[in-house]
Formats: sequence, C-alpha cells, structure tokens
Amino acid sequence: MDLNTLTITEAHAGLVKKEFSSTELTKACLQQIKKTEPKVHAFLLVAEKQALSQAREVDTKISRKEKIGELAGIPYSAKDLFCTKDIKTTAASRILENYIPPYESTTTKRLKDGDAVLIGKTNLDEFAHGASTEHSAFGPTHNPHDLTRVPGGSSGGSAASVASHECLFSLGTDTAGSIRQPANFCGVVGIKPTYGRTSRYGVIAMASSLDSIGHLTRSVEDAALVLKAIAGHDPHDSTTSSEPVPDYLKEIKKPIKNLKIGIPREYFGDGLNKDVREKIEAAIAKLKELGASITNVSLPLTKYAVPCYYIIQPAEVSSNLARYDGIKYGLSDSTAKDLLSVYLKSRARGFGAEAKRRIMLGTYTLSSGYYDAYYLKAQKVRTLIRQDFEKVLAKVDCLLTPISPTTAFKIGEKTDDPLKLYLEDIYTAPVNLFGGPGISVPCGQIDGLPVNFQLIGKHFGEPEILRAAYHYEQSTS
Amino acid sequence: MIDIKNISKLARLELTPAEEKKFSKELSSILDYFEQLKEIKTDNVEPTAQVTGLENITREDKIDKERTKNAHDGILENAPKRDDDHIEVKAVF
Repeated sequence: MDLNTLTITEAHAGLVKKEFSSTELTKACLQQIKKTEPKVHAFLLVAEKQALSQAREVDTKISRKEKIGELAGIPYSAKDLFCTKDIKTTAASRILENYIPPYESTTTKRLKDGDAVLIGKTNLDEFAHGASTEHSAFGPTHNPHDLTRVPGGSSGGSAASVASHECLFSLGTDTAGSIRQPANFCGVVGIKPTYGRTSRYGVIAMASSLDSIGHLTRSVEDAALVLKAIAGHDPHDSTTSSEPVPDYLKEIKKPIKNLKIGIPREYFGDGLNKDVREKIEAAIAKLKELGASITNVSLPLTKYAVPCYYIIQPAEVSSNLARYDGIKYGLSDSTAKDLLSVYLKSRARGFGAEAKRRIMLGTYTLSSGYYDAYYLKAQKVRTLIRQDFEKVLAKVDCLLTPISPTTAFKIGEKTDDPLKLYLEDIYTAPVNLFGGPGISVPCGQIDGLPVNFQLIGKHFGEPEILRAAYHYEQSTS
Repeated sequence: MIDIKNISKLARLELTPAEEKKFSKELSSILDYFEQLKEIKTDNVEPTAQVTGLENITREDKIDKERTKNAHDGILENAPKRDDDHIEVKAVF
C-alpha cells in the first residue's frame, strides 16, 4: 500500500491505530514528489525539513497517547498565494520572487494549530490570473493525466499535487473557478465555499469582493473534513461571517431523498462539448435514481456573467496590485533614477503579461469618464445576476451544472488570445458574482481525461452541496 | 482606440513600444466584448459591492501584540533598501 495515495480519513485511521507514523506518511509523499516533479512541476517549493519536523512532533503526540486532531500528521500543499511565516511566498511572480512573509495566513495557521503537515507551496498562474497555470513566472504545471495538457488554473499546481498523490490535500483560492476548474481537469474534488465562510487574511489578494479560500481533496468526505477545520469567523478578515460552522461530516451523511436539484438550461447550450454533456447528464440521472428531485430552471443572465466579471475583477486587481511598488518589499529596480521610475521600472520587470493586461484594464475601467460606463454598470449587472440565483435557489436546494465546456486543453492552445481563456470561466464565474458555494465533483473520463460536474448552493449552503456530492460519490465508487 | 500611453502611466507600468502595440490591440478587443452589457437595463438597480450583507464591521483601535510580535524585523528584512530601522526611498520632492 502506498501511503501517499490514501485519503485523509484513511490516513487518520492508520495514524491512530499506529499502522504507520506521520513521518512514514510524509516520507512517502516526499518520495512521490521526487519521482513526479520533473514531469508535472506542481510545486514551487518543497519544505522537506519543516515537514519532517512537524511530522515527528505529531508522532511524539501519538506515542504519548495524546488525542490528535483529524488533520494531524496529514501532509498537504498550499497554493503559493498563502503567506507562510518564514517560508517563501511568491504568487508565482517575479515581483515576489524572494518574499519571505513575516506572518502567517489564518487558514494555514488553523491547519498548523491542528498539526497538519505543510509539505510545500504549489504553482499557479501569476497572482492567480488565469485558468491554465501557464501564466506562472516559473514555468507551467503539466496535467498528470496527460503531460501535454494544462492542469487548469489558477490553482493548477494544487490540483496536480493532489491528483498525482504528492500530498493528501491542497489549499487553493477561487475567484472565478480557480479551484473548481483545475479540480475538473485533474479529476479531484474541489470546493469553493461561500464568500466570507473562510478567511482571506494573509492570502495574497486578487479581487477582494470575489476571492474565496477553499481546497482540493481526493474525496468528498475529505473536503467536508478540511472545510470544518478552516471555516469560521476571523477577526482579521472583517468580511468573514459569524454564521455558525455546521458539522459538515454529519451533514453529508444525511439522506438526499427529496433534495431538490435545479438544472439551469443556460449551462447546457451550444458551447458545451457533446461528450462532456453526456457525462453530466449521466450524473444527473444517477442523483435522480438516488432519490433527489430534479427540476429544470433558468438563469437568463448567465451569458453576461463573464463580461461582468472581467470588468469587476481587473478593477479590483489594479487596486490590489498597486501595493507592489518596489519600495516596501519585492523586486525593486536599482537602476531607477527617481521615485516615479522606481515604480515604473520595478513593476515593468516584476509583472508578467497577464498581470499587466489586467492592471491596465482595471485602471482604464476605473478611470475618470469611464467608471460609470464600465465599473458601475458591471456592479449593477452583478446585482441582477445575484437576484437571478436568489430567485431560483428559493425554489430548489442547489443547482447542478458543468464546470468547463471541454476537458483539459493542450498547453499553448489558448495563449494567443486572452479572451479565449476568459471564456473558460463561463460556468464558474457566475457563482463568485453571486457569492454562494460551489463544488467540483469527478464523474468519469473521456479519452483518459477527467470530467467533473458542479453543484452550486445557497449562501452557506455547503451542507446541501456536500451531501449531494457525497451520495453521488458513494454510489459510483 | 484606448490611450495606452496614458493608461500605462496611470498604472505605473513602463511599456516597450512592442508592448504598447500588443496591449492596445488586446485591450480594445476586450473592451468591445464588454459592450454586450449595454443590452441589460440597469436603471434603478443598486450596485453590488459585496455579497454577504455585512455592514460597518469595526474593531477596537488597539494593537494586537500577538499579531505584531516579531513582525517589525520581518518587515524591515523584506525592504529592498533600508537604513537601520528605516526603509530608504528616493527623494519625493
């Protein structure tokens, strides 16, 4: 049995029964990393020494018969957007190439307090700008199912690390699908919780009104387990909610009989690949067989979500990325003669093409004379899109849709035209505009490439989507 | 066509002539794509800035010692140029 292929629940049981130690489990993952990384390149940094020392601490606790938490001794990776104290955090950008955070993100801190073992930091599109992990300043990640294809993005390194058994779970971020779409391309479970359910503190910001902190796992039960550990109010992030955190593990095991699932017809239009559609329809049929009630619904504004999103997000990006000025931290151009050229040259050298594109797009749509026509208009459209979801979700418990129109595409296939890549977000971006939770659930393969479906819930409707996903997974595994 | 020179200056990004050409073309086509939002009537619609309905979250104006512990040195160590306990910058005036 390769320890690194276990789910969290299986590994926890093994640790408690002393079938193996956390050190052995961690070493198995490190070995897999050594074997896999030359091909996949999921990691930007492997924290071997720190990981082994954390694992030893857990082993000591076990040998002293102390009670350990459900994530104790479990090796995980974190997207390189999570600030980890004294461990380099780059956002896959030259501008932060040598940045060592003096503080820890709330989410990694909560995992640390629960004795989870951070094994490394994973690759992403620079500052999470992309859907393929090709926009990393440190080279692309390859899809473990087919090395000539992208793993999706922006949490592509996270998805690849979980799919290739280099760790047991991974932390990601999702602003328009950045957890759900790579989970789809790599065939793992990915959950984007409700906005404000998890803390953004210490996570390098992309678009603050849309960013959601979540994770990728190899089972739905594991997704529930990690969510339980990281969810909840954080005084350091004023947008987190005080809504109590349910026991997701109990919630998922409740029956799904009569759970109402809506199928929004706009998500099954011409753009959807025929084979992908068949897989999604088979999943719907399965859930129906399990006792869920299926209803057709409509979200008429769906096609406006991507243009709406691509106004709001770059606007927030341009503001969030203004802090990288070559003064306080990060890359600084030493040839600059005056203050203005420190800014101009440091940013020109530090940011990649997609980051520059978004900064300028946001600068333009927020600039005097254009604000009303673009930014304000998009914020109003966002209200209508939100109301669309609220209306439909008053009648059903959750929605089921595809995640992406196709399976994983080839590396280089969509790099020539930025708009092509933006359309990858068509089924996922609306959920971030609405703010509810979404989960990406494996439902088969086409020519060796994974396909997932998506469940979308009401605000704080994680129990319902996790439950439907769990029953589906149980019935098919 | 957008005024790429002005936008890149506002964005504090120095562009090469080749970049100016490329970005100006790309940004224009993205802006064209946004035009479809005009099809939606938004008179009397309130804009959405955040989705969970929280309002005016404040905290006491107190230093969180746990949070700032050791941060002082870590912050200074990340500065590209420092003079002892200060971050060095080019003259502002």
